[in-house]
Amino acid sequence: MSGMKKRENGKRLGNRRLFSMGLFGASVLFLLLVAVFGYVWQDAASVTDFSRKNLPPCAGYLFGTDWMGRDMFVRTVAGLSMSIRLGLLTAAVSAVIAFLLGLSAAVLGRAVDGLVTLLIDLVMGIPHMLLLILISFACGKGFWGVTLGIALTHWASLARLIRGEVFQLRESPYIRIAGKLGKSRAYLAFHHMAPNLLPQFITGLILMFPHAILHEASITFLGFGLSPEEPAIGIILSESMKYLAMGKWWLALFPGLLLTAVVLMFHYAGQTICRMAAPGSVHE
Amino acid sequence: MGVGRRAHRSGRTGHGTGKTVWGLLAFQTARMALLVALVSILAFVLLSVSPVDPLQTNVGQAALGAMSPEQVERLKGYWGVDLPPAERYLSWAADVLRGDMGTSLLYRRPVAEVIWEKLSNSLWLLASSWLLSGLLGFTLGVLAGRKRGRLCDRLVTGYSLLAASTPAFWTAMVLLMVFAVYFKWFPIGLSVPIGVTAEEIALGDRIRHAVLPAAALSLTGISSVALHTREKMVSIMESDFVLFARARGESETSIVLRHGLRNVLIPAMTLQFASISEIIGGSVLVEQVFSYPGLGQAAVTAGLGSDVPLLLGITVVTAVLAASGNLAASILYGIVDPRIRKGAAR
Amino acid sequence: MENHRAEEEILTVKGLSVSFTQYDRGFGRKEIQAVTDLDLRIRIGEIVAVVGASGSGKSLLAHAVMGILPYNASMSGEILFKGTPLTSGRVRRLRGRELVLVPQSVTYLDPLMKTGQQLTKGRKNPEILEKCKNILSSCGLGLEVMDKYPFQLSGGMARRVLISTAAMEDAELVIADEPTPGLDKKTAMGVMDHFRQMADRGAGVLLITHDLELAVRSADRVTVLYGGRTVEETEAFSFLDEGLLKHPYTKALCRSMPGKWPSADALENDRESGIPDEGILEYMRKEYGR
Repeated sequence: MSGMKKRENGKRLGNRRLFSMGLFGASVLFLLLVAVFGYVWQDAASVTDFSRKNLPPCAGYLFGTDWMGRDMFVRTVAGLSMSIRLGLLTAAVSAVIAFLLGLSAAVLGRAVDGLVTLLIDLVMGIPHMLLLILISFACGKGFWGVTLGIALTHWASLARLIRGEVFQLRESPYIRIAGKLGKSRAYLAFHHMAPNLLPQFITGLILMFPHAILHEASITFLGFGLSPEEPAIGIILSESMKYLAMGKWWLALFPGLLLTAVVLMFHYAGQTICRMAAPGSVHE
Repeated sequence: MGVGRRAHRSGRTGHGTGKTVWGLLAFQTARMALLVALVSILAFVLLSVSPVDPLQTNVGQAALGAMSPEQVERLKGYWGVDLPPAERYLSWAADVLRGDMGTSLLYRRPVAEVIWEKLSNSLWLLASSWLLSGLLGFTLGVLAGRKRGRLCDRLVTGYSLLAASTPAFWTAMVLLMVFAVYFKWFPIGLSVPIGVTAEEIALGDRIRHAVLPAAALSLTGISSVALHTREKMVSIMESDFVLFARARGESETSIVLRHGLRNVLIPAMTLQFASISEIIGGSVLVEQVFSYPGLGQAAVTAGLGSDVPLLLGITVVTAVLAASGNLAASILYGIVDPRIRKGAAR
Repeated sequence: MENHRAEEEILTVKGLSVSFTQYDRGFGRKEIQAVTDLDLRIRIGEIVAVVGASGSGKSLLAHAVMGILPYNASMSGEILFKGTPLTSGRVRRLRGRELVLVPQSVTYLDPLMKTGQQLTKGRKNPEILEKCKNILSSCGLGLEVMDKYPFQLSGGMARRVLISTAAMEDAELVIADEPTPGLDKKTAMGVMDHFRQMADRGAGVLLITHDLELAVRSADRVTVLYGGRTVEETEAFSFLDEGLLKHPYTKALCRSMPGKWPSADALENDRESGIPDEGILEYMRKEYGR
């Protein structure tokens, strides 16, 4: 019957996997390059040169220059590097919060569980951008406003996931036996449960990166985040707003494209890692 | 059998203790009220720990320089700067329950009035993009999930991933550049022409100003509902009951229409109702780009201008909107899903 | 058996192999062979049982015949229906009409659709409705079942509804995939009576089960699978006399039927015969050892 045809299909499936691995490697390399070069170019990003202001994109200045003669490519990469570093930091903090809250909700008894669940609902009950504005406002805006804002608002869904996972784990025979053997709750949580939660933790952490980066850019764009002196991607794009109507399209287009590319690659790389970590769920 | 086929998990979710639709409704409404109260406390705390002193900043600002000292005193008295935070919150909450949300520092009008005006501007924008993104996202998700791995699936998944990676404000900027600046099909900003009173604005003009913002919001909003619908659809199409329908000679079209839609509609609608909060969040960014005088822009203005009463009011109102979405979703679940309607929900 | 005319054979399976791929962590991919080189023939009026341990890929056999293998499975070999190759196009035309499947469990019913609609496949003409009612009452179900959702059916009711779906068609081949688990012996035999009636009306019945006793009692012939391979294909009555069986695994199975517990000696012999005894022990523990 159609046996032969299906076999070929199987081979193509393998090739697709190889292709996605290649794409994964390329994404990681690209992100690494942006992060490193942006860091190196931090000072070059704010160099002004009025002899080259308002240049459209050309061979010398890939993304053109702005009204102060700053090289938009260098500025964009520097801004994205900042976003990536900030994103990694805040996502890591958020993931740790999620882990600890999720674990304690499920291990420390009903009262704590109720409190954590309430906290999750609370954070999820306010539109994300508005909560970011509130936290940024509470911190007096600026670097700490955006950092704390992002670190404190991204943990809710992962915490919910981990809480559910721990509830399931708690019912598993070996944990129950360990509990009967007189091991303390904390011992159970950190010696028996935490290692089992690592895959969820890592997946959640990785999937948080793109969100953290997007929200950093958005809140900075609105004027609540990093200060205008920093080469932040949100600042670049919000400045470009003033020049949109004047036809200086390159100021908005290329930085935005590169931002989208960075977030997309984080998404893609994250999904690939998750797929490898949990082969049962996806067959593509 | 361990064939890697994921068993279809019927959409049972935790729905509290409500056994009947009415019980469910009461339980969810109470929960919603509690949540909104807590949101207001959280927002109040955040706003009062801020090092930014609303009166100092605003009195210093040109816009409020015209305020008379008596007005400033009145504001100080209203905010009770010397009172402990808990008392301040309680007096604010008591006022809110009486319908008084305070006075906006920037607009120098009652907060409730400002919010109502901005909300009525935003409502059409929010509703149309919510509906549009929901319908489009659902359709795309069904088409993609119908057959995993096909071209259609990969296009839709690819688009959703792209849309999820694109900042909403940048999408708005690109639309603005292309359709307003380059083609000049749509106005560049503001929901009404300047210098025209609200009564004179023609409906057509309003629509013309709302098209691009609505498009920007819908384009980004599609991704989550499309991906979610696709995911559910894939698991339905690989479920035992679709396998059996296939074995009983039902055509693929009939399977999608008879079994697919029936089973995917409830989770998709639930998600779409729960995503109201996301659309509001997106509107904050999009309205800023189009200088659309809606609630989102007001939130940004209030935040930047340290208009604490207004920001607090907007937070509470959006929290109510988001919670109503969730409430609607769980009620819908109770009415549509026979497993809950018939009281068999475990 | 070769002397039978091909037309009498409703289903002929020759050298059927089914395998599926599964991804491991990282880059790993493994091919799992579920059915290897299976031969099977079913004639008019006959019930043929395929017996094997749980997880031995029996259901894949049913799915392969119905042309509904999952996307990550592949098959080779030949399947003939009434002597003509069952191509994917032909099986699509025939299934649900001449070829019907009775699935394992209630999860094979749409959870959000009323039973009646599922039985009639949405058709509304009065003859179909009449037929549906007749079949339900002949299966001992009340008409109110039509207005119920699958989650409202008890285990036994659901099983009978599943059988009713097959009875709705005048099928020539009925494939029953584990139709009895969870039922007590009496109800199970009652269920098998329905299949015997279908066979008596001229259909061929393929019974896929892990329950050897049920197979021996109700089928005409029995094929035993072990590790995806056919180890014995024989008349059902052969199991009444161990001497008629050829393969040591089937002999052990035969001895392990209730009331016929194998002695330690017998197990020892089996070990010498090269059959991995943990397989047998596992089988017996699963099926009879509770």
